[in-house]
Parts: sequence; C-alpha cells; structure tokens
Amino acid sequence: MTKPTRTFEVVIAVDECKGCERCVNACPRGVLRMGTHLNKLGFPAVTLTGQPCIGCGGCFYTCPEPGALTVIQHTTDPESEA
Amino acid sequence: MADKILYGRSAGFFPTFERRPGPIKTNMHYCPGCGHGILHKLIAEAIQDFGIKDKTIIIAPVGCAVFSYYYFDCFGISVPHGRAPAVGTGLARANQENIVISYQGDGDLASIGFNQIIQAANRGENLAVFFVNNAIYGMTGGQMAPTTLPGQKTQTTPQGRSVSTEGYPLKVSETVAALDAPVYVERVALSTVQNIRKARLAIRKALTNSIERKGFSLVECLSGCPVNLKMHAKEMNEFLDNQMSRYFPLGVYKDIADSRDPLQRAEGIYDPRQVKELLYPVKVADGVSESFRNPSRIFEAERRIKLAGSGGQGVLSLGYMLATMGKLRNFNVSWLPSYGPEMRGGTANCSVVLSRHPIGSPLVERDCNLLIALNQSSLDKYLPELKRNGILLYDESNVRQPENTGEQILYTLPASDLATQLGDLKYANSVLLGAVAVMMCDLFLDDDDKADFDRVFEEAIMDCFREKETVVQANIRAFYIGKENARRISR
Repeated sequence: MTKPTRTFEVVIAVDECKGCERCVNACPRGVLRMGTHLNKLGFPAVTLTGQPCIGCGGCFYTCPEPGALTVIQHTTDPESEA
Repeated sequence: MADKILYGRSAGFFPTFERRPGPIKTNMHYCPGCGHGILHKLIAEAIQDFGIKDKTIIIAPVGCAVFSYYYFDCFGISVPHGRAPAVGTGLARANQENIVISYQGDGDLASIGFNQIIQAANRGENLAVFFVNNAIYGMTGGQMAPTTLPGQKTQTTPQGRSVSTEGYPLKVSETVAALDAPVYVERVALSTVQNIRKARLAIRKALTNSIERKGFSLVECLSGCPVNLKMHAKEMNEFLDNQMSRYFPLGVYKDIADSRDPLQRAEGIYDPRQVKELLYPVKVADGVSESFRNPSRIFEAERRIKLAGSGGQGVLSLGYMLATMGKLRNFNVSWLPSYGPEMRGGTANCSVVLSRHPIGSPLVERDCNLLIALNQSSLDKYLPELKRNGILLYDESNVRQPENTGEQILYTLPASDLATQLGDLKYANSVLLGAVAVMMCDLFLDDDDKADFDRVFEEAIMDCFREKETVVQANIRAFYIGKENARRISR
C-alpha cells in the first residue's frame, strides 16, 4: 500500500501582480522569480522557476494583493487512481 | 487526484472591487509592496474565518487606506482625520453587537488624532485598533511623521530628523499600554513571513477580544512604504526589522484580556421623549397644550433678546429666567452667556432667543427685539443693534435716557436703587423682571392672559432658584416691586 502523495503549486494571476518582489524574497525554495514581461497593469509580473513548492503559504501572506497568488495542494491517492 | 486551495483570495474581500472607480476591479489601489495590502489580507481573512462580516464596521482613516471600504465585504465608514476612535466609540456603544475596527495610520492616529486614541483607550472602548506605522506620511508624499526615526531623511527633514528640533519618535504602543483600561497591546512588523504570521495572530487576538467584548485592543503594525522610503522589497524588510524594530521593539506590551470580564455598558437612551424627561425633569416633559403654550401674541415671531451689564449685576441670571419662562411653556429657547474671566466686575452679556421653531443661531448680534441694559456702556454699545421698532428696558439708576431713539419703545425703572432698598443689590435683576412683565402686559397681553401671567414669572423664579426657598421668596418680592415701579417713557 502506497501513501497518498501531495504536491503543491503556486498559481499566479499575472495581471494582478504589481512586481514588488516580496514573494520572491519570501520563498524559502526559490519557486518564484521576477518575470521580464509587463502585465496589463504595467508591472513585470512574478513567474515560476520550476522548483517544487512546499506549500508554506509565505508568498501568499507577504503579497500585498488579495488575489495575485494562490497556493494549491494536489493530492494523488494511488489506490483510488487504480 | 484532489485539489485544495491552501492559501487564496479571502472571501472577506468583495469578489470584485466594484466600488473602486476606473477599469481595475481586482487589485487594490496601493503601491507595489505596500504594507496596507498585507494587513488588509490578514483582517479580511480573520473577518471571514470568525463569521463576523455582517456586524463588522471598518472605520477608514484619512491616509492611504481611506478607500478601504472598496475592498472589505463588511460595513465601512470614512471619518474626519484622526477621529476614528470617537466615531468608533459611538458605533460600539450604539449597538454592542457591533465589531468596530479602527484602521489608522501614523499621521491619523499618532499626529492629529493622538488625543482621540488616548481617550478612547482610557475609556476602554470595545474597539480593535490596527495602527499602521510606516515612519512617514505616505499619502502626501513622504513628509516627516511623528514616528519618523531620528536621522531619517524625509521631504520635510532633508538633513534627517533631529531630535533636538523635531523631538523623538512617538511610541504609541508603550503609551497606550501604560493606561489601565486597554486589554491588549502588541507591536508587530509586516516584514518577513515569520513576522507577518505573528501579526496575523495578533490581529485575530484583537478581533477575538472585540467579539468577547473585552474592550480596547491595539495592534501596532510596522509597515513598509517602499515608494516614499525609496527602497526595494528586500531593503524595506531590512529597514523594518533592523532600524524600525530597534526603536520600536516588537512584542506584546499588554495582554490582560483573560482576566477581564466582558464590558457591561448601560443601554443607550435614544427615544427623544425619554431623553427630554431626563434632561428636563421639570414640567416640560408632561407635554403642554397648544393653548397653554401660546398665552399671548408675544411669541408669534421669534424673539431675540440681548441683556448686558456689569459682571455681578445678575445679567446672566435675568437672561436665564427669561429663557426658563419660555422653557416652561415648551418653547424652543437658547441662552448664550458671554463674560470675562472675572467673577465680579468686568462686563457681561447674554443672548436669549425664544421661538416656536427650531433656533438657528443663539447669538443675538443684530435684529434685537428687546435690549435690557443695566449700565451705561452696555446701552451705548448695544443700542445700535436694537431693531427700529424694538423695545429698550434700562435701569435708570445707572443709565441716562438715550436720545434719538425714534420709534423704539422705552421702559425704565430705578432697579438698582429699588434693590438696594430691598437690602441687596443682587435683587436688581428680579426687579427688572417685574419691568419685563409690565412691558409684556402693556404691549402683548389680552385681559384674560394678564391675570395668569404673573404665575409664569413666579414659576421661572422658582425654577432658577430651586431648593432655596428664602431666595425664591425674596426674588418674587423684588419682582412685584419692579412691577409696581416700572413705567413706559412716553414721548
């Protein structure tokens, strides 16, 4: 019997980011970096590096915008998948 | 595979910010990296988690957070600069179920509204105060705030704040915690994730205190203003954690909520009838019939009366007796005294207005219907304010008969001399009241009213000198002597 595996993901609402860089500094695992393209508000939005997220929520709490970042937990249960 | 949102947009915010003008409805108006956004999220999350959306009122300050009612899905109100604690007091007392959040910046709370917050804290009002301290005036462009650090350069302290000329930064948490009434005071920093999590707990604690009606809680949040302080995100956090926290140490300054019982405040009285009964326990509250209210033609129009004389002559008491006459007959009255700091000597005057309708200004400066002058200088000063057909009443013991009075009607009597004969100069005002009665009888009253009218004056004297029976009797005697001696000057 295998344990369910949990993975985490940061979802970025690109056009709600103001590019303040707080989340990039706050992330303990280097999941986020500053992007180079300007979004609708005219700021360089944050983007993902590809490093795995641990779901600590630090980026969410340090972000001053209400909905720019969302942290999602994916749970994979091998038994129910089978 | 199951997905779950661990951290996401709080339902304590509106889904979209429709109140915000302009095309952007998903973002807040704050600058990038602003501490307000972080604090807003923590408050919104707590409001949602505690299920208090429908009874929370957030008071928006003057400052960057003035538009916070765009965002929170609860009640919001904007108030004059620094007055959030005063308005919050009213909100919290009017309905004890209300959860009142006073959201204030350092310009609002620590500068213009510092006395307000201290008084509200000292009364132990049931408020949750979130104080955003960013060491600068953000909205106006970066001037020195009361919380600006020593040596910190701002628009108005280009050389850095000097403690010898601008004083020391104001330590609000320490000051409020020194009072007896507040139950919870903590200073947190909206810097690193670790500190923000502490702030989150502090905010939830303050709101819990409000829900349990424990009283006054204050959370001071050291907050970044990256635009005005010209710092990047990393520098901003270092400034908060190293420089600001050194002067404003983080931590719990007071937490006695557990040892306090929930506030029990007396229920407010809002029924106008009950208020009237409390304020005017005399006959007025019984309700006066329309006929009783109008014994004569005298109050058909608004009557504006000026009384003036030297301090100690009883000018103010005489005005008070006239106002009381109106009050006892359920008229709207105002009595506005004006006098110097000395108790005796100097000049004194007062304005009395009697009206059937609500009174606009209690100040009688012109269009005076009745001028009562007790000394010469008062007569000279105020006679020009008397209406063309107004009535002048003066004390001829002290005042010469004025010339060129045109159509004005003159009444006089030697009030001071009569009062001296009665044994005390202090009776001069009651003697003059007798002259007022004569004037009213002559000019305004029909025969039916005259018989009843002395009682109106007697009641006014009794009301003014209540509980002093001998004084009442002496003044009533003076009143009748005045009535016998007053005369109209015919020309």
